[in-house]
Amino acid sequence: MLQDLTDKFESVFKKLKGHGKLSEKNISDTMREVRRVLLEADVNFKVAKDFVASIQEKALGHEVLKSISPAQQVIKIIHDELVALMGHSNTGIKESNMPPTVIMLVGLQGSGKTTFAGKLAKYLKAKKRNPLLVAADLQRPAAVEQLKVVGNQVGVNVLADLNSTPVKICKESIVHARKGYNDVVILDTAGRLHIDQELMQELSEIKENTNPQEIFFVADGMTGQDAVNTAQEFLKQLDFSGVVLTKMDGDARGGAALSIRAITRKPIKFIGVGEKFDALEKFHPDRLASRILGMGDVVTLVERAQQAVDIESAKKLEKKLRRQEFTLEDFFEQLQQIKKMGPLEDLLKMIPGAGGKMMKGMKVDEKALVYTEAIISSMTKEEKRRPNVLNGSRRKRIAMGSGTSVQEVNKLLKQFQAMQKMVKKMSKFGSKGMPRLNF
Amino acid sequence: MASFFEKFKQGLAKTKEGFVGEISSLVKNQFEIDDDFIDKVEEVLISSDIGVATSMEVVDDLRDHVNRIGFDHKEELFTFLQEHLSKSLDRTTTDFVEGFFQPNKKPYIIVLVGVNGVGKTTTIAKLAKLFHQKGKTVMLAAADTFRAAATEQLEIWAKRVEAEVISTQQGADPAAIAFDAGKAALARDVDVLIVDTAGRLHTKVNLMEELKKINRVLDKAVAGAPHETLLVLDATTGQNAIMQAKQFREVVDVTGLVVTKLDGTAKGGMVFSIQKELQLPVRFVGLGEQVDDLKPFDAETFVEALFNEN
Repeated sequence: MLQDLTDKFESVFKKLKGHGKLSEKNISDTMREVRRVLLEADVNFKVAKDFVASIQEKALGHEVLKSISPAQQVIKIIHDELVALMGHSNTGIKESNMPPTVIMLVGLQGSGKTTFAGKLAKYLKAKKRNPLLVAADLQRPAAVEQLKVVGNQVGVNVLADLNSTPVKICKESIVHARKGYNDVVILDTAGRLHIDQELMQELSEIKENTNPQEIFFVADGMTGQDAVNTAQEFLKQLDFSGVVLTKMDGDARGGAALSIRAITRKPIKFIGVGEKFDALEKFHPDRLASRILGMGDVVTLVERAQQAVDIESAKKLEKKLRRQEFTLEDFFEQLQQIKKMGPLEDLLKMIPGAGGKMMKGMKVDEKALVYTEAIISSMTKEEKRRPNVLNGSRRKRIAMGSGTSVQEVNKLLKQFQAMQKMVKKMSKFGSKGMPRLNF
Repeated sequence: MASFFEKFKQGLAKTKEGFVGEISSLVKNQFEIDDDFIDKVEEVLISSDIGVATSMEVVDDLRDHVNRIGFDHKEELFTFLQEHLSKSLDRTTTDFVEGFFQPNKKPYIIVLVGVNGVGKTTTIAKLAKLFHQKGKTVMLAAADTFRAAATEQLEIWAKRVEAEVISTQQGADPAAIAFDAGKAALARDVDVLIVDTAGRLHTKVNLMEELKKINRVLDKAVAGAPHETLLVLDATTGQNAIMQAKQFREVVDVTGLVVTKLDGTAKGGMVFSIQKELQLPVRFVGLGEQVDDLKPFDAETFVEALFNEN
């Protein structure tokens, strides 16, 4: 996510780092680059311009020029400005005093409203709510059918009536929800162009008839310069209360996030990061800003690790490491835990400093992991504990059993030996040479 | 053809208003072409999603031209920009489209690919309609087995354009459908088979592999298939469209682009950056939700419509 922006900023700052102190000229050079970076990442022209201007002003300030590490200063300024631009924190969903709470989803065609409706329903269900999905898209062929399937998959009731009208069914849904004890109603409206007066009017009518607590503008995270126009028009017509950015699991872009936020001043509530119904994340502006600046997304990484790693087995492993008993079995277990944390490539991107140039072109081969697993699984318990017993014929058997070749088995064993050596060094370091903080 | 140009211009009216409107107002308010003016031209270009690199290039040329020769009036400025932008557009599309609808292979197999929500299924319906109008028999393969009700959506469209659909249940192997459809198209002697695939982000390695497999088995079902692989791009997408095109082309042999939703956005700049950077020609543009709102992309008309003031 936003990887390109991060890459570019890093190259800009590399230039900046070369200078001991910032002159007016190299600030303005840098700012021109920053502007270009933002534009290439689809940040709206005007937004980028304002953003750069505000940074330039601050960067030119007295304190920066006198500070010991000007580059760090500028990075901090840009980071702070980015965070400020994207809002400071996320907020929850506004509730109605008298259930049901009505949430209306609006946006262009193909922005991902129906998928988000499913995710939101699942999210609410996990919070012990009882949502009702309402099929208000009677426009697109099979849209109703799609929502029904989605509802079925996430285990939420769907209200649909092909013979009704969008306004009517939304109005009815509230009565229906009260009868069915649904405390949240999610209105999935048809995608429409912001310039389609008639359909925009229809949304206004739905709004008037249902008094939604929240109207979420669902926008494709890959949108270009036009994001601003669309958002503005929907805002004018509906005064929506929040923004949802979808398809943020793609690469490199997300400038739309900055643009929409800057222009509408509405909070970004959720981001969609996949096609599965639990691929929904709360929006964390500070994390995103850090990520943009190549500081990595350590918070998310740690969160994922906490979810995946079982503390007991981590403690056991630590003991083993200390006693230098790290075996292939442990290695296998480690692999399983890493896998639980999600795609390796995503994980690497979150590591500070690893996000940029270093990782570029380095394709993480998830399949290599599968082979490694297969090889280890084809070993006997004894072999896993004492890899020394692995002679030629055993290796051949393992290769056959795992559908790999002897070379691959050898390669893995070599890697494992190197790792054991490293573990030995580390444990020595840990017992004797550990730097002490309290002298 | 007249109606086609009408529709094309109508669809692009928004683009025109934005682009020409802004430049015109610039020229009206400002008679001298100075740095400030050039900066504003740059803004107009970039705001149209033309892309930073292409915009900068055009602006540099413009600046150069101003310094050496200068402009007498705004018409000259338009001509200048028109020439520069159209330089990066492929003009062979008109001939291509003729051949496209009169294929010499049978069954002629077309695969549509793209990220989620760009309008692949709708585009397929529109394509099927166009073939149908040319007297061709069309079969559709519902190889999007992932998205809920994608098959139903295709079936509803198929009914409207009188095409047969080969489908299966959700979650099935899309390559298997593609293969069956290829065989069925052969057996039933249809002219054209259009394969709908699930939307996939170009960064998902597994899904891209799946796409590779679909094209591979199509070749097994009908040697030489697919004959066309069209990448569908959403016109509202920004510079990421280039990444998409690059990635998809790496996996399958993309032969052309379809740019959808050009009726809604005020910017058509996408087209320039994609063609310039990838040399992938735009074959069709989607200009609306109706089944006959798909038009062959015509570079001349596109540029003309962009700059024509009325």
